[in-house]
Amino acid sequence: MKILVSVKRVVDFNVKVRVKADGTGVETANVKMSMNPFDEIALEEAVRLKEAGVATEIVVVSCGVQACQETLRTALAIGADRAILVNTDAELQPLAVAKLLKAVSEREKPQLVIMGKQAIDDDANQTGQMLAALLGWPQATFASKIRLEADRAVVTREVDGGLETDAIKLPAVVTTDLRLNEPRYVTLPNIMKAKKKALEVLTPDALGVDVTPRLTTLKVVEPAKRKAGVKVADAKALVDKLRNDAKVI
Amino acid sequence: MAVLVVAEHDSKSVRKATLNAVAAAQKLGSDIHVLIAGHEAGAAAKAAAQIAGVAKVLHADAPQLRDFLAENVAATVVSVAKNYSHLLAPSTSNGKNVMPRVAALLDVQQISDIVAVEGADSFVRPIYAGNALATVKSRDPLKVITVRTTAFDAVAAAGGDAAVEKLAAPADSGLSSFVGRELSKSERPELTAAKIIVSGGRGMASGENFTKVLEPLADRLGAAMGASRAAVDAGFVPNDWQVGQTGKIVAPDLYVAVGISGAIQHLAGMKDSRVIVAINKDEEAPIFQVADYGVVGDLFQIVPTLVEELKK
Ligand SMILES: Cc1cc2nc3c(=O)[nH]c(=O)nc-3n(C[C@H](O)[C@H](O)[C@H](O)COP(=O)(O)OP(=O)(O)OC[C@H]3O[C@@H](n4cnc5c(N)ncnc54)[C@H](O)[C@@H]3O)c2cc1C
Repeated sequence: MKILVSVKRVVDFNVKVRVKADGTGVETANVKMSMNPFDEIALEEAVRLKEAGVATEIVVVSCGVQACQETLRTALAIGADRAILVNTDAELQPLAVAKLLKAVSEREKPQLVIMGKQAIDDDANQTGQMLAALLGWPQATFASKIRLEADRAVVTREVDGGLETDAIKLPAVVTTDLRLNEPRYVTLPNIMKAKKKALEVLTPDALGVDVTPRLTTLKVVEPAKRKAGVKVADAKALVDKLRNDAKVI
Repeated sequence: MAVLVVAEHDSKSVRKATLNAVAAAQKLGSDIHVLIAGHEAGAAAKAAAQIAGVAKVLHADAPQLRDFLAENVAATVVSVAKNYSHLLAPSTSNGKNVMPRVAALLDVQQISDIVAVEGADSFVRPIYAGNALATVKSRDPLKVITVRTTAFDAVAAAGGDAAVEKLAAPADSGLSSFVGRELSKSERPELTAAKIIVSGGRGMASGENFTKVLEPLADRLGAAMGASRAAVDAGFVPNDWQVGQTGKIVAPDLYVAVGISGAIQHLAGMKDSRVIVAINKDEEAPIFQVADYGVVGDLFQIVPTLVEELKK
């Protein structure tokens, strides 16, 4: 079985982002960039499926600027077999990415696409569902467990009330939640090996996809700051504050 | 043109998140219709008809809609989309699952998790774990939107008298099927609807301590219980307790964070609470930067004393 995994290059989750003074966006120059954490989980799952003998090949795709090649190299070091960069400097919104991934899926014909449930920069939580819709495939979002059978996947999903299990016919799209697995660290020998793996570069034009943004960002601002609070000495003082000052209990 | 709200319901009643989404829809100033997609959910359709400000309820009843599978629900929403200028749903796990599928089928770029309506085509939404707020303008003729429920005060569940219209559901996609559900049972208020939340983090050290130490506090306060990712990952409590960027977004009157450091991903889910209390032994913990009241010390001493003090 061939598995396609998509990875996005995002501002590292540990970075406290700063809004640009001119309100056009957030500061991304000289900021640490990493693979979106949910995509790491998606890739880890694919690699485990390959190690278990269920998957035969893992193709990893990223859409965006040249620097995404670094993210793809990391993915190859984690265990992907081959990488594709859909290279563009244009701003990419989820629908456009879903269209690019659809075009790649039609070329690669994977049985399963595993993606992160959301990217921690735009927090949109859309691309996987959109890709499934465009391909006419079923989807299982927010996965915490994936079991593959001959022609279907049985997926446990993290939902508001607890856990839900759905069965979806293959080919299908699965998006990952945090507890699906714990991604491994890349090792130096694997980084060296990854340098020799194939990385193909395509463009939206070559794939015949119009990526023109549908949303225009009018402005980006910092949210209102909370006023600094006070430290109180003990539980007794706290109860007094909550009852008499804040009046919340 | 009217706007359509895709309701979150449990067949018998309409979930509160729907009332928040209707509140967001009201800001658009058009007639509001509500879609109840389900099976044997007549009671929920009736309840939806009573929501203040709702002009019409569309009721799609079919066995294949019972479990709200994305493929079937999205097809149902798409079948009526041409009658609407906006399609909205609350940012619940169902809303997040279904709406992007709807949007892609309609060739629309969805606007996720809006916190304000600036006009018919402009909306504010948080990005980067809520560390920035973006105002975006959509060029799509139809808007597909999910609504951050904490940002819009729920409309009244009663007072309306809308007509209920039957809607034929498209055939079962045959692509997916429901296998089972493991819902956490609790007598407590639901996390996203609670007025008070008591949340525990890695500092709780075990699931047993959640029961022994934190639960008495939640009982005293009539509170819902939440957790940080670290506490969920460690298996102390179920996944649906997670508050944060990638868990639940809450904004109660009072949020008590116990043994939680205050990582940005956690703050993203609770920093709009009215009053925040932090109990943490590390006085440098970032949670104190957003807390109105902080107590520095060992939670295993402070929490039981707090319970005693609350009895007085
Ligand atoms: C992609 C991604 C998504 C994430 N999403 C979320 C999310 O949605 N929600 C979320 O919460 N996190 C999320 N996280 C994780 C987040 O970064 C933090 O790791 C997590 O919130 C830490 O949980 P914690 O505060 O319980 O643990 P820690 O950071 O380990 O903090 C434990 C705290 O307990 C205190 N403590 C320990 N013992 C005691 C004691 N006896 N008495 C008093 N205080 C004590 C310590 O001083 C410390 O401050 C996400 C991370 C990533 C990468």
